[in-house]
Amino acid sequence: MITLTRRPGPSIWMSLLSPVIAIALTVASGAIIFTAMGMDAGEALSIYFLSPFGDAFSRSELVVKAVPLALIGAGLAVSFRANVWNIGAAGQYTLGAVAGGWVALSFPEASSPLWLIPYMFAGIAGGMAWAAIPALLKTRFHANEILVSLMLTYVAALLLDWLVRGPWRDPLGFGFPQSRDFAEAFLMPLLAPPDRVHAGVFAALIAGGALAVMMGRTIKGFEIAVIGAAPRAGAFGGFNQTGVTWFVLLVSGGLAGLAGAIEVSATIRQLQPDIAAGYGFTAIIVAFLGRLNPAGAILGALVLAVSYIGGENAQILLKLPKNAAFVFQGLLLFFLLTCDTLIRYRIRFARVA
Amino acid sequence: MTLALLQAVGLTKYFGDFAACRGIDLAIRAGERHALLGENGAGKSTLVKMIYGALAPSAGEIRWEGRAVTIDGPKAARALGVGMVHQHFSLFDALTVAENVALALPGAMPRAISGRIRDVSKAYRLEIDPDKRVHELSVGEKQRVEILRCLLQEPRLLIMDEPTSVLTPQEADALFETLERLSAEGVAILYISHRLAEVRALCETATILRGGELVATCDPRAETADSMAALMVGHEVEKLVRRSSTGIRGPVRLKLAGLTSGRLRAIDLDVHGGEVMGIAGVAGEGQNALMAALIGETPTAPEMIEIEGRPMGRASPTERRLAGAAFVPEERIGHAAVTEMALPQNILLSHHRAERLVRGGWIDARKMRSWADKVRADFDVRSGSARPVAGALSGGNLQKFVVGREILRNPGVLVVSQPTWGVDPGAAAVIREALVRLAETGAAVLVISQDLEELFALADRIAVIHDGQLSAPEPVEDLTAERVGLLMAGALEAAA
Repeated sequence: MITLTRRPGPSIWMSLLSPVIAIALTVASGAIIFTAMGMDAGEALSIYFLSPFGDAFSRSELVVKAVPLALIGAGLAVSFRANVWNIGAAGQYTLGAVAGGWVALSFPEASSPLWLIPYMFAGIAGGMAWAAIPALLKTRFHANEILVSLMLTYVAALLLDWLVRGPWRDPLGFGFPQSRDFAEAFLMPLLAPPDRVHAGVFAALIAGGALAVMMGRTIKGFEIAVIGAAPRAGAFGGFNQTGVTWFVLLVSGGLAGLAGAIEVSATIRQLQPDIAAGYGFTAIIVAFLGRLNPAGAILGALVLAVSYIGGENAQILLKLPKNAAFVFQGLLLFFLLTCDTLIRYRIRFARVA
Repeated sequence: MTLALLQAVGLTKYFGDFAACRGIDLAIRAGERHALLGENGAGKSTLVKMIYGALAPSAGEIRWEGRAVTIDGPKAARALGVGMVHQHFSLFDALTVAENVALALPGAMPRAISGRIRDVSKAYRLEIDPDKRVHELSVGEKQRVEILRCLLQEPRLLIMDEPTSVLTPQEADALFETLERLSAEGVAILYISHRLAEVRALCETATILRGGELVATCDPRAETADSMAALMVGHEVEKLVRRSSTGIRGPVRLKLAGLTSGRLRAIDLDVHGGEVMGIAGVAGEGQNALMAALIGETPTAPEMIEIEGRPMGRASPTERRLAGAAFVPEERIGHAAVTEMALPQNILLSHHRAERLVRGGWIDARKMRSWADKVRADFDVRSGSARPVAGALSGGNLQKFVVGREILRNPGVLVVSQPTWGVDPGAAAVIREALVRLAETGAAVLVISQDLEELFALADRIAVIHDGQLSAPEPVEDLTAERVGLLMAGALEAAA
């Protein structure tokens, strides 16, 4: 029988090194998989993990992918610290895009760039509203937030699908399921055209930085950490578990909604059934890779962005299916959780009598 | 000289570089009642775990009837004839006594075993109904089930870990009778306890550990409680003397009026400034509900709890602290302290608003750290590293920290549950003295404890909690341990 026994004191160095070890193991497994597929492992790995840094365009694309991941990941890190498992960021992302899209489509004549402000607030509100559902059900009826938030992801996807096929369909779109294009005013300003790096970068940096300061320096962050680590101690300290649950779900939902609104405005520029809501799931890995620190999520987002860009390059150059990128993301999460577990516990093999 | 039943020779256990036990020699004869004494962290649990097969020794050997043996698991220990009654029960509440016992005996069916349970329980006066469900039993009865479960395996060495901590004095006396009977039949007993008086009453040999090493093997009947305590701690401990009551009785600072919450039924109590009020009772009689209501974790009707004359039954813990109250719950780990956080953060846990450690939402890190340093210095909180997390402190040191944290606020009302639970005598003396000092400054101190000896030494008045009800408090001069014991067992309920 294999048992896990708790180590006396987990080493701080090892918990910081854990992501590095996990990334190394992911690369090593990649090498084994490529070799087993009869490919040149060295070449394949370099396409996967090095080519995203190879030229200016790829580097800017890396940042473009990292923006929504960092925004969502920073919020999820806060939520996970409170022991509230918001798995439905993809749904909140979608609702953010829908709410922003509603503003954009309602004002097709808008011309001032100031319109971006109500647009982004609508995105935040949409994500918050969607996250409020699991918050309400959890605090009122003790419904499990993992299930509720996850299931609402599918509801959100179907809602978007219905909108772009029904009421919001572009009358001039030849029947394609898509909305009209957003007016110029609702498009994220590009920082260095023609590269697609856009002003959403600042939103990601501010969100990650601000939440990191909140967690480290303010009583709100302390409250979240205490409730997450020891709910009874939280009650002893006079902290309100219900309040914290609402707070972290609204923060993580709001940021996911903002990410959805920014992403649609920056890269897609209209609503359509596929708005890359999968970022909401990938961001879970981002949050863990960033050690559940909102600022760490920014670094985690860059690492995961590599797997997206590398995956696209591999699709073109190696004729690998798109899903290969998800295999790497899955491996990374697996190794990360394994490393974290083995840092806290040691494996013992006990004989069964 | 007769051959020892169990002999440990140079038993040593390292955790990393740290020697939890070093070169321990121990010999127990058949039928001997042998006490194992030591402060927290002295190595008692480690030693016993090695004997019971839960830990593998790093060096040294265990001999059973003179033959060296390897005990590689509790199952192997049971096969040799070692039985252990743990401090924390491992019983299934929803199952009957017979079903619980059958689970421990491989191949036994509950129905077949009922008869044997009846026989053994009669023989050792461990009266219990095998068909009762465990959740219907009192704590003392649950312990009897644990003992019965061991006895049915016909052990030759029975290890008892702090067995009386959950018993009334009368229940403890019954337990001692059972143990004496067992030893008369040749069963050896290894008795682990903090309570020196009972060790002196029960045991013929005592092995005393300190810092992982054996410091003495003595006959407890020939020693005094003080001399044994001195051996355990390594220096003379301040004796638990009853302080002479100051006679000062200030205004009522904490008032409970018809407090009903959870198990509690209409509790009335006035605690005056300058007095220590003790609440006695065996575990699980409503102390947890009382503590939750007092801290403010379970809200009640406002007028049920008055702090400094203000109705506060519905107030949050923070508001109560701002009104001058402070609390030390029984459970250190995960309730009074967050184990994975450092000590300054644990100061913040209860002091954030009450001691203005937060300004406009921002944590004043310097103030928080200086608080932590002050508690560590004033209450002699020792730790292995300079900036430990709370979980890295030993039980006694963490308790000194959480008690010190609240006392240094100079609260007007202090409510503390089990102030010295699982704490070594040295730390216990520090804590008790601090509580009395606080009362002398005019604070109202409410102590909830299962340790009668402690309550008699600390309290001016004692009330007893039983089945959610509180007896009228009586001055400690008018009380005997026997009377409190009967109240604890609920025997005087009708009369009270």
